[in-house]
Amino acid sequence: MATLRDIKRRINAVSNTKQITKAMKMVAAAKLRKAQARMIQMRPYAEKMNSVIAALSGGEGDLHPLLVQRPRRTIELLVLTSDRGLCGAFNSNVLKEAERTISGWKAENFRVSISVVGRKARDYFKRRKVEMRNEWTGLSGKLVYSDVRRIAEDIIENYMNEAIDEVFIVYNQFKTVISQEVVVAQLVPMAPPESEKGGEGPEEASTVFIYEPSQQAILSQLLPKNIEVQIYRALLESQASEEAARMTAMENATKNADEMIDSLTLQYNKARQASITAELMDIVGGVEALKG
Amino acid sequence: MAEKLTLDIVTPYGHVFTGEVDEIVASGSDGELGILPDHIPLITTLKIGMLTYRKGSETAHFFVNWGYAEIGPDRVTIIADSAEKSEDIDVERAKKAMQRAEERLKQIEKFDEGRARAALERSMMRIQVAEKQTAR
Repeated sequence: MATLRDIKRRINAVSNTKQITKAMKMVAAAKLRKAQARMIQMRPYAEKMNSVIAALSGGEGDLHPLLVQRPRRTIELLVLTSDRGLCGAFNSNVLKEAERTISGWKAENFRVSISVVGRKARDYFKRRKVEMRNEWTGLSGKLVYSDVRRIAEDIIENYMNEAIDEVFIVYNQFKTVISQEVVVAQLVPMAPPESEKGGEGPEEASTVFIYEPSQQAILSQLLPKNIEVQIYRALLESQASEEAARMTAMENATKNADEMIDSLTLQYNKARQASITAELMDIVGGVEALKG
Repeated sequence: MAEKLTLDIVTPYGHVFTGEVDEIVASGSDGELGILPDHIPLITTLKIGMLTYRKGSETAHFFVNWGYAEIGPDRVTIIADSAEKSEDIDVERAKKAMQRAEERLKQIEKFDEGRARAALERSMMRIQVAEKQTAR
């Protein structure tokens, strides 16, 4: 049986850990609120953009190279993870899905190219000696639009010079605070978005628009922009999910620490009781011996 | 007959303005663009410039950084990288950005010229728009 002092030391250690996890949970909650707000702010922009593109492309798929489906040879997967850990299964879920997708493609004899965002994905693939085409780290926390533009430019450039024929993105989609879902979504070539139903969208799909300067010119500016927007959106979702996952993980850790402290305290009290009883027995024994 | 235009300015940072107005003047990439209700459907790109709307006797000005306008008979949607109302522009910051851009243009070999030029244009336009006040 552990000595009193050992148990006391463990109780202290666990309660220190508990304080840390509690603080981390609070920080994650604050960051989550911020990330969620940015996500919500972004939504109307992304929706409007989709509706303009829907009006522009009008179902035709060959107006712009970014809309054209080439024969698949090389497929790129953009993997979004976090830079830091301690967020439950957040990263391993994404990486598992990425691994599954990649081996699926390899089985069909496609060349696969990988780009990663976040230190966790980079380290994961590096450990497995998998070559990455590009990597971006240090984005989380202070995500700025110019970083997103760099990623989008890189992808578009490689798509245009036919180094890659198709691009997918895998990331954690934010559902609710307690549930995040890993999704694999196609980024390039873009399927012309369905125009959204309801009064909010562009007038009707049948409306004939005049274009200035020209349909082609507008599309060639708008489509790269839309890729930026989609990546930005995915990054925001991923970030909100990361904080949500961290919050849940830290809450569980705090709860576990509480349980551990309870059981250790019980053990401590039992041990204390036992030592007092032992001492009493000694004293009583001694008195009895003196009497005799 | 549409009587009014619903103007909606959206950026990645949220709605900047939503409301009914009588008249809009925007800087399209092919030139200034005056829009009244019942305009023919039009999609156009916008350059870095000013957007003005009139609502009754009230006129307000916005700085619009590059975007698109989708124009219908009764609504105009502006999708911009960023947009600020003239009163909300941080003039100090714009002035600093202008200086920085000018510095960079002097040493073109070290910096991306296109970027520096765009930054210069943005900051100058911001300062210009900031001088306009909302009139009622």
